[in-house]
Amino acid sequence: MLIGISLISFFIMHLAPGDITNNEASFNPKASEESRQKLREMYNLDKPVIVQYSLWLKRMISLDFGKSFASHQKPVFWQTTDKDGNVTKGLIQEALPITLLINILGLVIILALAIPLGIIAARKYRGWQDRSITLFNFIGFSIPGFWLSLLLMYWLGVMNNWLPISGIHSLDYETLDTWSKIKDTLSHLFMPVVIPSVTGLAGITLFVKNGMLDVLNQDYITTARAKGLAEQKVVYTHALRNALLPLITIIGLSIPGLIGGSVIAETIFAIPGMGKLFYDAVLMRDFPVVMGILTIGSALTLIGNLIADLAYAWADPRVRRGVVQS
Amino acid sequence: MNKNIFIKALSNPLAFAGFIIIVCVFLLAILAPLISPYDPDFFNVKEILLPPSALHWMGTDGLGRDVLSRMLHGGRISLLVGLVAVGISTTIGILLGAIAGYYRGWVDTVIMRMVDVMLSIPSFFLILAVIAFLTPSIINIMVVIGLTSWMGVTRLVRAEFLSLNEREFVMASRTLAAKDIRLIFVHLLPNSLTPIIVSSVLGVASAVLLESGLSFLGLGVQAPQASWGNILTDGKEYIQFAWWLSLFPGMAILITVLGYNLLGEGLRDALDPRSGSSH
Repeated sequence: MLIGISLISFFIMHLAPGDITNNEASFNPKASEESRQKLREMYNLDKPVIVQYSLWLKRMISLDFGKSFASHQKPVFWQTTDKDGNVTKGLIQEALPITLLINILGLVIILALAIPLGIIAARKYRGWQDRSITLFNFIGFSIPGFWLSLLLMYWLGVMNNWLPISGIHSLDYETLDTWSKIKDTLSHLFMPVVIPSVTGLAGITLFVKNGMLDVLNQDYITTARAKGLAEQKVVYTHALRNALLPLITIIGLSIPGLIGGSVIAETIFAIPGMGKLFYDAVLMRDFPVVMGILTIGSALTLIGNLIADLAYAWADPRVRRGVVQS
Repeated sequence: MNKNIFIKALSNPLAFAGFIIIVCVFLLAILAPLISPYDPDFFNVKEILLPPSALHWMGTDGLGRDVLSRMLHGGRISLLVGLVAVGISTTIGILLGAIAGYYRGWVDTVIMRMVDVMLSIPSFFLILAVIAFLTPSIINIMVVIGLTSWMGVTRLVRAEFLSLNEREFVMASRTLAAKDIRLIFVHLLPNSLTPIIVSSVLGVASAVLLESGLSFLGLGVQAPQASWGNILTDGKEYIQFAWWLSLFPGMAILITVLGYNLLGEGLRDALDPRSGSSH
């Protein structure tokens, strides 16, 4: 898997027309053909593609993604210490926690809302509650996130000045006490977290609803009802646990979408996370950063899927004992 | 058979609404050159950022261009990108899915591994990377969206083929020594068509969203060519002075995508016996 991903991300980079040294050299009009040649040697661009790939792969295994072409030779992935003991933080190292924080907060919000909504929709199937939730889902699926961001930015940020519209900290962040710091960060994160959740919410709600509907029609639920259990107990202890099982897999599968979706939200709100880093790197043709993020992003997806599989086995004893294949 | 299903789907009010929306959007897009009140690229420095009025129903943008005319022309782009991208992804998906589901064995394994690899790369990153390195253009967007969204159809077609393969009419045909090509295109594919149609309709919805997102980021349809996404880019720039630049293109995207989603889900409901009139 990882090799396939690395192949794809590597060869995309080499689709690019032109020579990246053009880019670096264009910052410095005095750059001669000779110094360009030096640059090419430095990044091994003078070697055949296959050699470049194997060199890159070799470094990747030791998690060395090289240095950024732009942004002053910062390491792409993790910090390095030079011989004077100065630590240079890696680009992904700085950006990843922000994106993870936003996505995890978003996921928590999604689950906190989607599970109750899905249960209501399933219990009142075809009632007005279900219909309004369905309508909301359709809109959630169809609304362009960046447009919603713009509207809310206008309403909350520009018109009413309730929330800050860019960055993750205010300018005077360093001078604040701890409590104000938390408040400041939260108010900056509010829109970037909530807006992408709308789309995710629609999908997960629909999923919970369908799962509940399936489960509620099964024999054991009829049995539970027939033996006179309270409806609350039937729904929340008997049905819910089985209905939520497949949710684990879906959350695992939604990780690449969440990471990918962060590009637009982070660009709009100027959040210095993975998405913004990637967007800037793409515009600057900063190959090592682009390749690094593609690989790390995919690795995160794989890790997410692995965790989902383990969690599924943990939650469902049938899978653990190999009775059914998930 | 498909015709009946279509009629059945349209009796679902949501699907019918979706169908009407799509027809309207199509008509507006096709007729755009005829009904646009102004030339979408004509700019008039005397009429910069005018709010909506009788002369300019949706106002004018930062260069004094008529937003309504640009919206109508932008609609053509959205539809074109949506349809062509889905055409590409569906074709690839059908071919690969058919091969995997029909021949099984190692071919199946290889194709499904490819699907897994593609699915684990955050697709928006992939699309951004490819598009930015090729110069952004409408054709590139269509091709790249198509090439990065075939995995769902592949899985779908494969699953259909695997289950159809066991059915009696397929076995009968095979016993009569039908050729592979005949089995695939005469027996298996037509019988898997309905879920493919549903997934393509839903695919258009996400392709339209993707295109507008890319254009919004400046990596899609390039100015001066109008698209809903790049009108919104202007909208972001002038958000403090010109709400109409943000509101209308966003509404257009929302309504169009909603139309495809409604139609797609309506078709799915009509085709899926499980979600019929039971419950």
